[in-house]
Amino acid sequence: MIKAIDKQRYILDFTLSSLWRRKGKNLALVLVYTLVVFVLGSVMFFTQALKNEAALVLRGSPEIIVQKMVAGRHDLIPVSHGAQIGKIRGVKAVKARFWGYYYDPGAQANYTLMVPEDLPLKDQEIIVGAGISRVRRLFRGSSIVFRTYDGKPATFFIKGVLSPDSELLSSDLILISVPGFTRVFGVPPDRATDLTVQVANRKEIPTIAAKIVDALPDTRAITREEILRTYDAVFDWRGGIMIAILAGAVLAFLIFAWDKAAGLSAEEKREIGILKAIGWETADVLEMKFWEGLVVSLSSFFLGIILAYGHIFYASATLFEPVLKGWAVLYPEFRLTPFISGYQIAILFFFTVIPYTVATIIPSWRAATIDPDAVMRT
Amino acid sequence: MIQLQHIRKVFNAGLPNEYVAIHDLSLNIAPHQVTVLTGPSGSGKTTVLSLLGCMARPTAGRIMLQDREITSLPERFLTQIRRSTFGFIFQQFNLIRGISVLENVMLPAYPLGEPLGGLKKRALKLLDLLNLTSKGAAKVEWLSGGEAQRTAIARALVNDPGVIIADEPTAHLDTGLSREFLDIMGDFKGQGKTILIASHDPMVHESEIVDRVVKMRDGRIIDAGVI
Repeated sequence: MIKAIDKQRYILDFTLSSLWRRKGKNLALVLVYTLVVFVLGSVMFFTQALKNEAALVLRGSPEIIVQKMVAGRHDLIPVSHGAQIGKIRGVKAVKARFWGYYYDPGAQANYTLMVPEDLPLKDQEIIVGAGISRVRRLFRGSSIVFRTYDGKPATFFIKGVLSPDSELLSSDLILISVPGFTRVFGVPPDRATDLTVQVANRKEIPTIAAKIVDALPDTRAITREEILRTYDAVFDWRGGIMIAILAGAVLAFLIFAWDKAAGLSAEEKREIGILKAIGWETADVLEMKFWEGLVVSLSSFFLGIILAYGHIFYASATLFEPVLKGWAVLYPEFRLTPFISGYQIAILFFFTVIPYTVATIIPSWRAATIDPDAVMRT
Repeated sequence: MIQLQHIRKVFNAGLPNEYVAIHDLSLNIAPHQVTVLTGPSGSGKTTVLSLLGCMARPTAGRIMLQDREITSLPERFLTQIRRSTFGFIFQQFNLIRGISVLENVMLPAYPLGEPLGGLKKRALKLLDLLNLTSKGAAKVEWLSGGEAQRTAIARALVNDPGVIIADEPTAHLDTGLSREFLDIMGDFKGQGKTILIASHDPMVHESEIVDRVVKMRDGRIIDAGVI
């Protein structure tokens, strides 16, 4: 047993020194390999972390949202619908929500205006997200003028700026009072954007949602699970687009890796011949080549994963945020909560480390089974 | 005692470039002696050495190593025999470039998995014996021709083989270094090793350490020499 370990140690030692002797070729290989793992790993980490983030955020969101539909589109809902919904057994609370989008030509950006539930604001007071504060240089005490629905100017004063910690969600957010909201958008006093419904028993959510639609046929009831599913689909789609774009790069890498790993140089073939001639068995040579493939692929794999981790969770996915985060002027500056899925790491491992290690062994096996006397003739 | 019985070796059998390197050759190699195979290029000397050293299999005939038939042994056993019984010194030395002299010398022992301390001690002793102590850490590409050959000799001896096989060992050496090589071989003969050399260098087959000269031509023995 100790002999076997010692033998592997000798072979590994020799492998490492062989890798170092061909450092030009091997470093180039590690570099390209790392880059591919880095990019694939980044996409995986990013989509997974966003999905996770969305799930965390949505955990605190209302269980059911009721929206009025007109001609298949979302319309303002009569606040009186709330009373009807409140009568359904199992409904704990119904609240009206006010939110909308405002296009600011000055910043060429869309803001989300929202009336907070538990934060009392005076008529002309607003609280802005960190993204808006950055773009419009708004700070506590400064003011901003909105053009209302009827073309008149409306001045609002900044009561505060939202904490950058919540920037993923609040970068483009403006918190406003109900009178302020009504003034900007001209919403009739008996209407709201939508209604939120709290349910006593989570298991009853689908039943209550169905009862709401039965009672109010001009509405749709969106459950939290449905929103989660939509988020998943959107992020998977974005991740998929990125992977599709990268498929060419991955293919190029496979060809490169195959060529580098599969094509033994004359020098390597000569060395295999010498090793066999001086008493190495075919199995010893294959073990050496196995270690070689494993060292290159594992180091690149871990290096790529670590870099991807840093890129996504510490550098805010700088390299491909336009594709993955969506299209907006107010890019939130945020840090995702680090999250790693073992399943995804395993998939990445399976598609990078294993093919490469196999690609290294096959040509070596061909070279290692040649009669060692070939070396006598060179 | 190594015996070759009615050996025939064909390269590229069945192909248009088929070539018969050895024709019905029989030869007995006595132990503890220096035997030299000589003859012009293409006479089959190297082929005989590689067959004797278990590096290749004959197309026909049998090879006996101390009354054990080894021709039909699987590759793995053949490798074990090659590793423990034979030490090879190649014409081009065939050292592995980029690693040190000491590592080159220890290389044949790696698959045995013996503790590093013992192996290193043995390799250093051999380097000392061959006046290479100061070169242990040097890379082999920095060595002179004579030093490279002595490194190759040390490597051939690291597993303490009973038989040393050298193919044209003086082909790249000047007279002084050739003489030095023969002196070293003489010492090993004195220690009881069997030495087989293929060479068409007169300095080798006329050397006083040589016990027998086997002359070859066109894959056949034309003079088996005196045992």
